[in-house]
Amino acid sequence: MAKSLSFRTACAAAGFSLAMLGSASAAEQIMFVSQGGAYQKAQTIAILDPSAKKLGITINQDSVPDAWPIMRSQVASGKPTWDVVDVATNFCLRGGEQGIVEKLDFSKIPNAAAMPAEYRSDWSVAYEFYSSVLGYNLKKFPDAASAPKTWADFWDVKKFPGRRSLRNHPLATLEAALMADGVAPDKLYPLDVERAFKKLEEIKPNITVWWTSGAQSAQLLNDGEVDMVMAWNGRISALAKEGAKVTYTYNQGILQSTSLCVLKGAPNLPTAIKFLNEAVDPVHQANLPLHIDYGPANPKAYDTKVISEARVKELPSAPENAKVQALMSYAWWTSPAGEAAEKRWLQFMQK
Amino acid sequence: MTLLAAPAVLVIVALVVIPVGWLAAQSIYDNGFTLEHYRRIFTEEVYWRSFALTFRIALMVTFLTLLLGYPVAYAAAHAKRPWNVLILACVMLPFWTSVLVRAYAWLVLLQRTGVANQLLERFGLITEPLAMVHNELGTVIATVHILLPFMVLPLYSTMQKIPRELMLAGASLGGGPLYSFLRIFLPLSLPGVVAGLTLVFVLTLGFYITPELLGGGRTVMISMVVSRNVELYAQWGAASAVGVVLLACVLMIFAAVGRIIPLDKMLGQK
Repeated sequence: MAKSLSFRTACAAAGFSLAMLGSASAAEQIMFVSQGGAYQKAQTIAILDPSAKKLGITINQDSVPDAWPIMRSQVASGKPTWDVVDVATNFCLRGGEQGIVEKLDFSKIPNAAAMPAEYRSDWSVAYEFYSSVLGYNLKKFPDAASAPKTWADFWDVKKFPGRRSLRNHPLATLEAALMADGVAPDKLYPLDVERAFKKLEEIKPNITVWWTSGAQSAQLLNDGEVDMVMAWNGRISALAKEGAKVTYTYNQGILQSTSLCVLKGAPNLPTAIKFLNEAVDPVHQANLPLHIDYGPANPKAYDTKVISEARVKELPSAPENAKVQALMSYAWWTSPAGEAAEKRWLQFMQK
Repeated sequence: MTLLAAPAVLVIVALVVIPVGWLAAQSIYDNGFTLEHYRRIFTEEVYWRSFALTFRIALMVTFLTLLLGYPVAYAAAHAKRPWNVLILACVMLPFWTSVLVRAYAWLVLLQRTGVANQLLERFGLITEPLAMVHNELGTVIATVHILLPFMVLPLYSTMQKIPRELMLAGASLGGGPLYSFLRIFLPLSLPGVVAGLTLVFVLTLGFYITPELLGGGRTVMISMVVSRNVELYAQWGAASAVGVVLLACVLMIFAAVGRIIPLDKMLGQK
């Protein structure tokens, strides 16, 4: 889907530039890169097309599931072709530290400047939110009162028997382990890595599968391979919409984001900055959840009345839901301690 | 003669030698000469664990494919016309299906709610579903299935060339079927056995899809460490160093095997 999308955009761009050959100055354009699939399609409708129209620019698109190594090699080559990248926030921060992304001047991005400080950094601005939540099978736990509601419940194999799955990645998993061990959602950082891995050792024999892709986490829950899982909210809500007997709770969810950042030496830097401001415009942002189960990154989107009240309740970044979750600190994950924890993960998996 | 090989050599150089060489160069160059990536491989435990697991799985897979493949190749080499074609077709057919599709098919068959567990439960052979997937076992089962043709085909081509008269001669000299097989057929089929073993072993070393999909996250083979290193270090060098070490292992295996049976004989002897 991603491929056909970028192909179509490329054709449109080619047609466009042909049409512009006669005129004196080519219209401004940027190359925008996201992760493809239904997600990129949703943003195209909600954010990219309206922004392009409003700014009078052409937004060319590309998609790649794992942008980080390519960001690095593009900048290393000295001639990057990408301008704006939508990527998990930790990569924007790491890119900033390693001189791969441009430092942002927020005076030129007023929409972002109005967002909460923890939603942006010197190099990035949050673009959309999703959450790592506790999901479970309703056939196994039909009664809401006796269903698992916290990570402590997830860890309690006596009170909540059943098969479990966690993500094969330390991000959000270490946070869940610490909450299971009694750390409050707003007191997580800096993570006590030692304590988190100790708690994970405890649940390890009861983890049937350590999932690697979002699709896999959904399949495991849907097929009854596992009874409870830590998964991304959008994956479980999609299953529920298709009629699967599954649900999830935002309680103690780990609120995560992707952010926009601009590659160092981007070919269309001024246009890219203009686009950044437009992308986090409250109305565009409010349009996103009308097309996909992700929450807007600009809280002002919730004041636009674009999103219905019933819909607001389903979104990870809605104030009511955000309140009961932990906000991931990407700054910690890109710190030396965070990177060490990430490296330690494989060692934990192999034993 | 040498001129005829030129296009093939050109393709190999352009598509294999240059990229591999470039990757190898990356592993020792990062703003100057560095052995950092190799230091990591030789000092950090995670690499050794994955190398050990990869070699263990490769040995298991190789042994199992030989066990399953030898009788099949034997039957195909001895069957008469429509039957030998049918046997080979059965071996080749899955070969034409994508590895990804076959890995998912095994998932559907072997998982907790899968066909195999349901049948076993219905016949009362088990009371609790068996954990046949999301672990090393699932990885081995699927890898054996995927690599079986690489064992059967070299075996078949060797066995076909063994003159039938030799077995008859053995029998006429008083050798029983088992004795003749062990003293005549088996030794003559050995080049095929070695070729099959080598092919399957080397291919398993680089397997990625089956451990990724069927290993449950615990079965971290070396190819998965390569991809993890790209994400973790965002330096091709960190990943390619692992690839270079694996390649060195493979070349050493080929060299060792080549001492017993020359490569040209192994891959297409007359």
